[in-house]
Amino acid sequence: MTQLSAPQEMTLVAREAMIRRSKAHASVLRAVGRAIIYLLLLAGSSVYLFPFLFMLSTSLKTLQQTFVWPPQMIPKPLTLENYIEGWNLLPTASFYKNTFLVAALNITGTVLSSTLVAYGFARLRFRGRNVLFMILLSTMMLPGQVTMIPLYIGFSRIRWVGTLKPLFVPSFFGNPFHIFLLRQFLMTIPRELDDAAKIDGCGYFRTLVSIVLPLVIPAVGVVAIFSFTGAWNDFMGPLIYLRRLEQYTIAMGLRMFQMQGGTHMGRLMSMAVLALLPQIIIFFFAQKQMVQGVVLTGIKG
Amino acid sequence: MKTEALRPAQRGSFYITQRAREEIAGYLCILPWLLGFLLFTAGPMIYSQFLSYYQANFLTESVFVGLDNYRHLLLQYKLWGIALRNTATYAFVAVPLHVVLAMMLAMLLNQQVKGLAVWRTIFYLPAVVQGVAVSLLWIWLFHPNFGPISGALRTIGITNPPLWIWSEEWAMPALIIMSTWGVGGSMIIYLAGLQGVPQSFYDAASIDGADVFQRFRHITLPMMTPTIFFSLVMGLIGAWQMFTQSFVMTQGGPNNATLTAVLLIYRKAFQEFYMGYASAMAWVLFVIILFFTLLVFRSSAAWVYYEGELAR
Repeated sequence: MTQLSAPQEMTLVAREAMIRRSKAHASVLRAVGRAIIYLLLLAGSSVYLFPFLFMLSTSLKTLQQTFVWPPQMIPKPLTLENYIEGWNLLPTASFYKNTFLVAALNITGTVLSSTLVAYGFARLRFRGRNVLFMILLSTMMLPGQVTMIPLYIGFSRIRWVGTLKPLFVPSFFGNPFHIFLLRQFLMTIPRELDDAAKIDGCGYFRTLVSIVLPLVIPAVGVVAIFSFTGAWNDFMGPLIYLRRLEQYTIAMGLRMFQMQGGTHMGRLMSMAVLALLPQIIIFFFAQKQMVQGVVLTGIKG
Repeated sequence: MKTEALRPAQRGSFYITQRAREEIAGYLCILPWLLGFLLFTAGPMIYSQFLSYYQANFLTESVFVGLDNYRHLLLQYKLWGIALRNTATYAFVAVPLHVVLAMMLAMLLNQQVKGLAVWRTIFYLPAVVQGVAVSLLWIWLFHPNFGPISGALRTIGITNPPLWIWSEEWAMPALIIMSTWGVGGSMIIYLAGLQGVPQSFYDAASIDGADVFQRFRHITLPMMTPTIFFSLVMGLIGAWQMFTQSFVMTQGGPNNATLTAVLLIYRKAFQEFYMGYASAMAWVLFVIILFFTLLVFRSSAAWVYYEGELAR
């Protein structure tokens, strides 16, 4: 390399400095950008978390404390009175029992039927399959109100109104959303496996139970969680079909609480906390699967 | 495949072919859904069509009234008009708002942030919990005297904060604000969509000198349109059926400001027992939902971009 002359050397140094400065400039900009992103996330998540925290906080307050401004987020003194009083005010234990029963039966019905139907649509060739699948997809978009009244009339004819049956029996006939979800999942599993099973002489149902089912367990889990959430949140169904207090589910029980003591916010919030708790617990254990299920179908939980 | 073709011939003609066996197995598999479809969807829909031409309360003899229910509903029943207008307001304000909010959250989370799982959990959790408990919670949050929202507004100098669900003007905006708490589900879908956009697209655009906004406008947005389209359709259908919040929080009030179509159908059918009339209402609602769904579908050709379209 030849010796650089003085002016050339200077420009080189200057240019290097300039590059260094602009790099520094860019990294400062990036740091500011990152800071803004985290600030937005922090602000947003505070807003999204606040209702939960406020609900919990209120539920631990005495009636007087709920009227204090600014509100104490950690009330002094903490009291569990609301939970105890609220629990005993109405047959809360039986609300829980009924809701769990309905949810468990919904899970059983949905998982059994939807897996079978999804397998049929995903793996077996039969005449009219595509047309029937299009019909299934279109029923996903059908608003329930059109069938609500005739179903009520039908269920009342067979004397099921006033029982829990209308809330779970339909789930044994497959749920279009869950059939779609399972079918999408099945489509991602290579066919070669069940072809191999077929060559080995497995019947279709053997193939389903012993080859396909173990592979779709994650998706079945998602379906189970979603049907639990659906049954747990359902309000319109119990509102229409249940008649007596001892049959009420949590949603109806909460409605009773509201009508009997809607102004005692601490007690109302304690019951709301109890109603949401099972869902929140399940969410923390199964979040990953739920996200996967939502993504797979593009359907909101 | 060859063995399948040979087997029936070898075994004699009274053995059903492999193909037929697969068909029978297929129908058996989908039988539960097929029965359910006939029993709980198609059958009731046909019955409901019939019912909507009758005056039926199941206490007295049903009377055929032809199109009278529909005529009265569309021309004379003012409350139905109010309910439809409220529901339309809710659907057409809340759903686009959800799309924008969910998209913004998803893009924030897509910036390679630390602790993604924690942020995602916080934003997704409210979408999972729904129903009566959440409605009760928001009654408390909106409480004009002791609720935190009005309290916070007073603290920052707004001396007369809205009465929210107790005010005719603010009740519907309040329910819309509340609904934005649940955008986490769409956010999850959008986030997955964003992660699916190939980085090479952005790199190529950067080399061509595209800035952040141009990259969003010409890469992110077009790539996300199928996802947005899907959530728009499902969101609109869901929003047109809004019920629980109105029923629990406002009973449709004040002065019918939050009366929704489904709430009015519920009242007519299950409190006043006008089953025929309520069926007609349900059909009108169904046709409206169908109309807007098809409209969104028809419009999709203009704005939804499907990958592989260019390859065709």
